[in-house]
Amino acid sequence: MIKELAKHIGEYKKVTILTPIVAAVEVALEVLIPLVLARLIDLGIDMGDMAVIKRYGAYLIGLTILSLIFGVTSGRFAAIAAAGFSRNLRRDIYNQVQEFSFHNIDKFSTASLVTRMTTDVNNVQMAFQMLIRIAVRAPLMLIFSVVAAVFINPKLAVTFLVAVPLLGIGLIFISTNVFPIMDRVFKTYDKLNNVVQENLHGIRVVKSFVREKHEEEKFNQTSENIYRDFSKAERIMILNAPLMMIAVYTAMILISYFGARFIVVGTLTTGELMSLITYTGQIMMSLMMVSMIFVMLTISRTGARRIVEVLREQSDLTNPGEALTEVEDATLEFKDVSFSYTDDLDKLCLKNINLTIPQGAVVGIIGATGSGKSSLVQLIPRLYDTTCGEITMGGVNIKNYDLEVLRNQVAMVLQKNTLFSGTIKENLRWGDEHASEEEIIKACQIACADGFIRQFPQGYDTYIEQGGSNVSGGQKQRLCIARALLKKPKILILDDSTSAVDTATDASIRKALREEQSQMTKIIIAQRISSIKDADFIIVLENGAVDAIGTHEELLTNNEIYREIYQAQAKGGDFDAA
Amino acid sequence: MPPKGHGPHGFTGAKPKNMKKTAKRVLSYLSNYRWRFILVLICIAITALTSVAGSLFMQPLIDDYIKPLVLMDNPDFTSLVHALTILAIIYVFGILAMWLYSRLMITISQGILKKVRDEMFAKMQRLPIKYFDTHQHGDLMSRYTNDTDTLRQMLSQSIPQIFSSILSILAVIAAMIYTSWQLSLIVLASVVVMLVIVKFLGGKSSFYFARQQKAVGAVNGYIEEMINGQKVVKVFCHEEKAKEGFEKINNELCRSMTLANSFANIMMPTMSNLGNLLYVVLAIAGGAMALNGVGGLTLGAIAAFLDLSRGFFRPISQVSQQVNSIVMALAGAERIFELMDAEEEQDEGTVSLVRVEKDGRDYKETTSRNGIWAWKCPNEYGVSYEPLKGDVRFFDVDFGYNEEKIVLHDINLYAEPGQKIAFVGATGAGKTTITNLINRFYDIADGEILYDGIDIKQIKKPDLRRSLGIVLQDTNLFTGTVMENIRYGRLDATDEEVYAAAKLANAEEFIRLLPQGYQTEITANGESLSQGQRQLLAIARAAVADPPVMILDEATSSIDTRTEIIVQRGMDALMKGRTVFVIAHRLSTIQNADVIMVLENGRIIERGNHDALMEQKGKYYELYTGSFVKE
Repeated sequence: MIKELAKHIGEYKKVTILTPIVAAVEVALEVLIPLVLARLIDLGIDMGDMAVIKRYGAYLIGLTILSLIFGVTSGRFAAIAAAGFSRNLRRDIYNQVQEFSFHNIDKFSTASLVTRMTTDVNNVQMAFQMLIRIAVRAPLMLIFSVVAAVFINPKLAVTFLVAVPLLGIGLIFISTNVFPIMDRVFKTYDKLNNVVQENLHGIRVVKSFVREKHEEEKFNQTSENIYRDFSKAERIMILNAPLMMIAVYTAMILISYFGARFIVVGTLTTGELMSLITYTGQIMMSLMMVSMIFVMLTISRTGARRIVEVLREQSDLTNPGEALTEVEDATLEFKDVSFSYTDDLDKLCLKNINLTIPQGAVVGIIGATGSGKSSLVQLIPRLYDTTCGEITMGGVNIKNYDLEVLRNQVAMVLQKNTLFSGTIKENLRWGDEHASEEEIIKACQIACADGFIRQFPQGYDTYIEQGGSNVSGGQKQRLCIARALLKKPKILILDDSTSAVDTATDASIRKALREEQSQMTKIIIAQRISSIKDADFIIVLENGAVDAIGTHEELLTNNEIYREIYQAQAKGGDFDAA
Repeated sequence: MPPKGHGPHGFTGAKPKNMKKTAKRVLSYLSNYRWRFILVLICIAITALTSVAGSLFMQPLIDDYIKPLVLMDNPDFTSLVHALTILAIIYVFGILAMWLYSRLMITISQGILKKVRDEMFAKMQRLPIKYFDTHQHGDLMSRYTNDTDTLRQMLSQSIPQIFSSILSILAVIAAMIYTSWQLSLIVLASVVVMLVIVKFLGGKSSFYFARQQKAVGAVNGYIEEMINGQKVVKVFCHEEKAKEGFEKINNELCRSMTLANSFANIMMPTMSNLGNLLYVVLAIAGGAMALNGVGGLTLGAIAAFLDLSRGFFRPISQVSQQVNSIVMALAGAERIFELMDAEEEQDEGTVSLVRVEKDGRDYKETTSRNGIWAWKCPNEYGVSYEPLKGDVRFFDVDFGYNEEKIVLHDINLYAEPGQKIAFVGATGAGKTTITNLINRFYDIADGEILYDGIDIKQIKKPDLRRSLGIVLQDTNLFTGTVMENIRYGRLDATDEEVYAAAKLANAEEFIRLLPQGYQTEITANGESLSQGQRQLLAIARAAVADPPVMILDEATSSIDTRTEIIVQRGMDALMKGRTVFVIAHRLSTIQNADVIMVLENGRIIERGNHDALMEQKGKYYELYTGSFVKE
């Protein structure tokens, strides 16, 4: 996993390697300071030699300045490397997702992809920055300080060899006990958030059923659980500091006592004793750091794994090697097409579909939710690939066309459609970057969007908020149809694209399409019979199979499903007075 | 290090508006724990003094114990052992004090947090619908997450640490001056230098962090928008464009992030090396002074002073860090208090809903479940009872979401018990708004609404709402079992009553087919259920409440015709025998209505039953026949 992530360091490799080296030098210099200082004290102050004080004083000042320079440099390098790494990582995931097929996107879900690109990358970046600097510094500080202590006096250094493992064990004990509780705390937090969120979303339900007290009780119980568990975890966590103090103070007392004895005997100097006490502080501090780093790295592991998952994902859509770039005839033919979202032959959502759709035809598709309407049309622009069988356009398997050419010829207005932040004009130009004003207006007239756009104060330059939140559902659908029309496709697919548009406008869109774009094949999925009644032929889908094909009149007389839907709508159907 | 949160507030603008007031209010929560908090402060002081004692001990250790012993032929260590024992005892007290105050702070901080959370939620339940219209859910949510979390950090870490740092600084300064006032001057001078550097680096750092946060916001926003629209991107072959756009803002983020982190990273080595530098300068100066006999400095005093100076820089930089996080926490606290201070839903009603039974010609209250519901109206002679019938009348009602913009004008309507009133009209014509006035989600600007002859303003809101059932267009379910969700309509309903309601709502069939039947857990607003099934549960929930008046908002599309028929049957069963206000989309509902109100721009423009309206050949006729083609 680390290896895979490391690939994305890219041009920051040099800085990444330099950072720990520079940091190591800084640590070495810092550890040297007490050693030299011991000399200054013993040979200078204790002996009363001003020249020695001056000489060692100069060394020491030099050392600290060098250490400062190295320390600052390593900090700067770490920042450069980490920011660069996260930039590359973010870019690479983003670009990877651009290559994804619909199938890949479904697998991760958009919400999870967003989290991986934002929160997870952030956590990994923090871990990375820590890994190349702090995670090098702390253990090195520990090791160097112990080495220096041993160098000064091996016998006294035994104190550390006892205190360090003891403290280490204590820290491990604390963290292993805290982890499971904290895990529970986080889960309870999720639950608390869930209660609040459901309450916010359903506030009208809560108020109409007068359930405020009931909700409060629910909340208080979860809140109580957090209080209890969090306190419990913290009660263990706070043992950290006293434990550390015990270790430091014990070491100090032992060193003071034995140090005094050694000084009296003459095997230790006063300066050396002072250095040892300094090292005691440094060793314990770095031990604390090491345990903290350990915890932080464990936390970021999940994020790293989730990122690698995306990077590893192979896009399952391939562009043919020698692709056809011209579509001459847009007659579609489905030959024994079966399809499953999971490539599982037992879970087919389309079974043995055989169909021919001549160029310029108007085709309606109807059927219950889950009957496979959307799945069927999504195969045409290769948003998904067939599991078995083939689809041909103009007698050529669609897999032999260049993917971009195919998708430009087959314009699809998705059921769940999106507008992007930007002006209306910018959004429409997604269909054709170089579309002229006239072309844009023409497309909007056909989609019955021109009228309402002109009523906006800024007209075609009206700014659309993220997700199109400042236009109504019906307006959004009409803009999406206009956007698709600007591609000037040979085939236009409307997947329940006028559900929020009133019946009358729906009718006039269809009328305009028929009159203005007679050469374009129109495939219309609808819930409303009125939307497809006048199609050249209508396909009735049921459980992933074609139940019947025919005109409105034909189906009314000889198809039961169609008749049932018709009757239901005629007596209890829509009255969408939009 | 400054936080890297990327919630709705982020790093920018995290300054509280009225710091003093907010701080006072946070502290007022501490007053419940007054004695414990005082004990905490005492313990913090003990801990700070202990560490100073350790440093000060260096002087007698070297001067009084080691030096004389070196000169003795037969060194006697008992006095040293004696001194060390005293030191050990001091240490033990220090450690115990530290443990005790940490422990006490847990109780205090977690207790306050729980109180804040509970108060906040309870308050939220009392806010009017208008508040939720004007505040984003994400923004409200973050008060329970980000804002309480920063508050927790402030209470459990920043406050004790700031006290401990300040006390340590004071104790160290006192000890330093006691040891050598001359060397203390050097330290004080260096503190000035250090503060200048901290201010410079800290200022730069927070400047670039603010910029980074903005870039993070831009990148996250872009990712969110593009990934959510990824399928559209693919359909339009817009991948390359999307990459270009991302590259630009991603690079900008990288630039500001490098700068922000650089300054943050530089801070620590700068501080620690400046500390080292001071240490060295002190050693040299101390040495020089000792040699020249200035200030009577001994080797032990120098050693003690050096040790003290080590423990001096850290608390100072800690104070500046903690001040930052307290400022941020106060900004969060301010947002929490803003919610707590929001104006509550007013309820000046006096009429309540009670069960009564007939007692001769009068009614008398009863606890029996066989009693009928009645309004209990207090008047100057005592109380009178008015049986609950479900008669709702609007007289010249005007309404606006704010005073400037009236969205409903002169609404008059009369719904007799058992009648069905349908509203039709374009989106935004005011259909939903009218129904929201009946249960007083919003209050009318002018006119009067009477319920069984009583002005609804005089009815206690909970009782008014209890007498009204509601099925909204978007179904909201709660985490819990199917059973619990239906029972939400009436908490004391028996299992049998729940089954009966489910049956009435036509929901029984699909519930039985669920893996655990009525005990199936529903999560995430019933994501495993279809839209139609969720609606059936909402109908059952309203059915179990069994109110005399129902408000129904029919779902428009998104369910297929067959499910729709099942839902429709459930709705029809629910409507039977009740006064019903329905926002209608289906012909069958409308045709059966006693009165149809056609709304346009907040006015009722036509009213009557289906046949009458058809004859009128007005707007309704146009809508019904779809014989017009215009926007």
